[in-house]
Amino acid sequence: MRSLPLLFLGVFFTIASSWVGIVLVSNIQLGGLEPATPELTDAEGNPIAGVFFEDPETGEMRLGLNQDGVEAWPVPLVGAAQRGKRVYEQMGCLYCHSQQVRRQGFGSDYERGWGERQSVARDYIHQERVMLGTMRTGPDLSNVGLRYSELWQHQHLFNPKITSRDSLMPRYAFLYEVRPISETRGPSPNAIEIPEDYHPGPGELEVIPTQRARDLVAYLMNLRQDYDLPEMRREQ
Amino acid sequence: MSFPSTLTEAMSPTAEPKSDLLAKLSEVDRSMKVLGVFFTVCGLLWLMAGTLFALVASIKMHNVDFLGDSEFWTWGRVRSAHLNAMIYGWAFNVSFAVAPWIMARLCRTRVRFTNIFLFGGIFWNIGVVIGVYGILAGHKVGVEWLEFPAYVTPILALAFAFIGVWVILLFRWRQTGHVYVSQWYFLAAFFWLPWLYAMAQIMIVHEPARGVVQSLTNWWFAHNVLGLWLTPIAVGAAYYLIPKVLGRPIYSYYLSVIGFWALALFYNWAGVHHLIGGPVPAWVISAGTVASVMMVIPVIVVAINHHMTVVGLHREGWASPTIRFVVFGAINYTAVSLLGSAMALRSVNEITHFTHFTVSHSHHGVYSFFTMIMFGGIYYMLPRLLNREWPSAMLISLHWWTTAVGVTLMVIVLAIGGFIQGLQLNAIDPETETAAFEFLEVMRATIPYMVMRSLTGVLITIGHVAFFINIIWMLSRRAADGSESKPTLLTPGA
Repeated sequence: MRSLPLLFLGVFFTIASSWVGIVLVSNIQLGGLEPATPELTDAEGNPIAGVFFEDPETGEMRLGLNQDGVEAWPVPLVGAAQRGKRVYEQMGCLYCHSQQVRRQGFGSDYERGWGERQSVARDYIHQERVMLGTMRTGPDLSNVGLRYSELWQHQHLFNPKITSRDSLMPRYAFLYEVRPISETRGPSPNAIEIPEDYHPGPGELEVIPTQRARDLVAYLMNLRQDYDLPEMRREQ
Repeated sequence: MSFPSTLTEAMSPTAEPKSDLLAKLSEVDRSMKVLGVFFTVCGLLWLMAGTLFALVASIKMHNVDFLGDSEFWTWGRVRSAHLNAMIYGWAFNVSFAVAPWIMARLCRTRVRFTNIFLFGGIFWNIGVVIGVYGILAGHKVGVEWLEFPAYVTPILALAFAFIGVWVILLFRWRQTGHVYVSQWYFLAAFFWLPWLYAMAQIMIVHEPARGVVQSLTNWWFAHNVLGLWLTPIAVGAAYYLIPKVLGRPIYSYYLSVIGFWALALFYNWAGVHHLIGGPVPAWVISAGTVASVMMVIPVIVVAINHHMTVVGLHREGWASPTIRFVVFGAINYTAVSLLGSAMALRSVNEITHFTHFTVSHSHHGVYSFFTMIMFGGIYYMLPRLLNREWPSAMLISLHWWTTAVGVTLMVIVLAIGGFIQGLQLNAIDPETETAAFEFLEVMRATIPYMVMRSLTGVLITIGHVAFFINIIWMLSRRAADGSESKPTLLTPGA
């Protein structure tokens, strides 16, 4: 190759094309997404199917408006759940658990009960860290907050084998404090119930979740995509 | 200096008259000695650390009680420590060792200001040490391939700036008129990487974009580290090493032009196939799938070019450690890329996505292709930098057999296990319209494959130890006194 300017231009424009295409255009398309009510309306307040409506005067396609007085979804995580997300990230949960439900008919996400509907871009707009995941050594967690109780989550984190026999999940016992039951005050109300086979010392010791364990469980209990979004109403 | 008569000859690294060439190259080698050895040793240490993390992570995948109560060694962290040590530690360091050295040789120039490069390299490695420690200590960023804590990324960016500027300078000092295909690949790679890294850091870590735009940027970045950094480095090195060792010009200059531009055009769009079925716009996925399939063109072109250069010289090639590793890598480049194109099809991806098949594929790419070519490059480079031969052909042979067999078995085991996992995950009982296999049942079925993966990992570890001993042994020997000027060959009498 003789022409070096040509080489540089080519090298520059090839990467610029994919950056513009994949990153910039999708940012234009998705960067302005806002929480939405399950049903959107046109300018006059009449409900529409889907996200867009045709402006009767100009004939342009316009984005639908949120209905008045109806809660818009999704809502941001707050407090313990927000802190718990950081624990989820630090422990590397995303390398075994995805947070995305694929549409019915593509894989078995729907049949496994991982979600009643497909996950869409709007579900993730409040997340500073999006952890869609690329591996399912463990099940999808998009709606795990709807499936189990807090106690189940604590037991499962303390030792996954308590709730799921033969599980390959690491135990996060280091998020729990195992301590002697106080002789004067008796068992702590915060202690979690552990079946005898897995208990570090039944009758003498108790298992208390640390702040991080409580935060993580709060986060898991908040993982739910059970609200309706206007994308779902699009006529297919 | 005499000029080559044809274009093909001009483009060949073997074309110059031998005495001129050898004098110039030995001068280049002398000026690159400190850099080459520094980055090789750093890369080697990271390879050993990454192997340790790999073994721990692998064992935990079938024996959860192994180091089960340690937060520092919990699976989610060791796995990331492994990936980042191998990519930013091993792969980047070995690229910094081999690619600029080949570049300097092709530029026929005595390099200057090596301190800039060395300075960048030292900071790079300090950054990676802090980063890997940060991952294990729980400061990691939950984004695949970008796990280093946010506080370490400015160090890495600055270090790479020094290194990148130096490589561009090196190219400016060239004494030759023509620019060989390896040089295009290296120049492009050193230009692409800082762009990728800066964009990904800004849009994901420092000023996060909204929602799944982060995921799209993530896979644009992560796949392009493979496609626009590791691939051009390894393909460029193979383009230099194969003709150089076998003493035969590359098969076709014109094919190498097509191969380069097709890679530049298509590879950077391919990454989003990691999000097939996910909550991202369908058109991005379609574009990614098309680009992934179009990758067949550069792959076939490079395959023809590399393999046709080797054809007929298999016996000679088999005797050379360099050619053994490089040709193994080149064959696997063809295989892994064609497989990757197939995996980007929605119907195949539906099965392989979210399974160990993807893990198999990434080891196929980064190890069977990239790492093996880099092993070949080190076997060629170090004797020329140090002016002494490899102390043990037996250790090279051991390294070759354990890694070649080990990684091939690993890729096969994970591919079979992953494919079965995918089929079982997706299977739906037509009567009840529920999943045909319980989730725990699917997971349990992968365990034998996980055990086999650990065994292949032990095999590869043995190879790495052999490689480590050989390099340390070589470094600690005195320089050659002229009695051992013959290259180390693997087949007696060849």
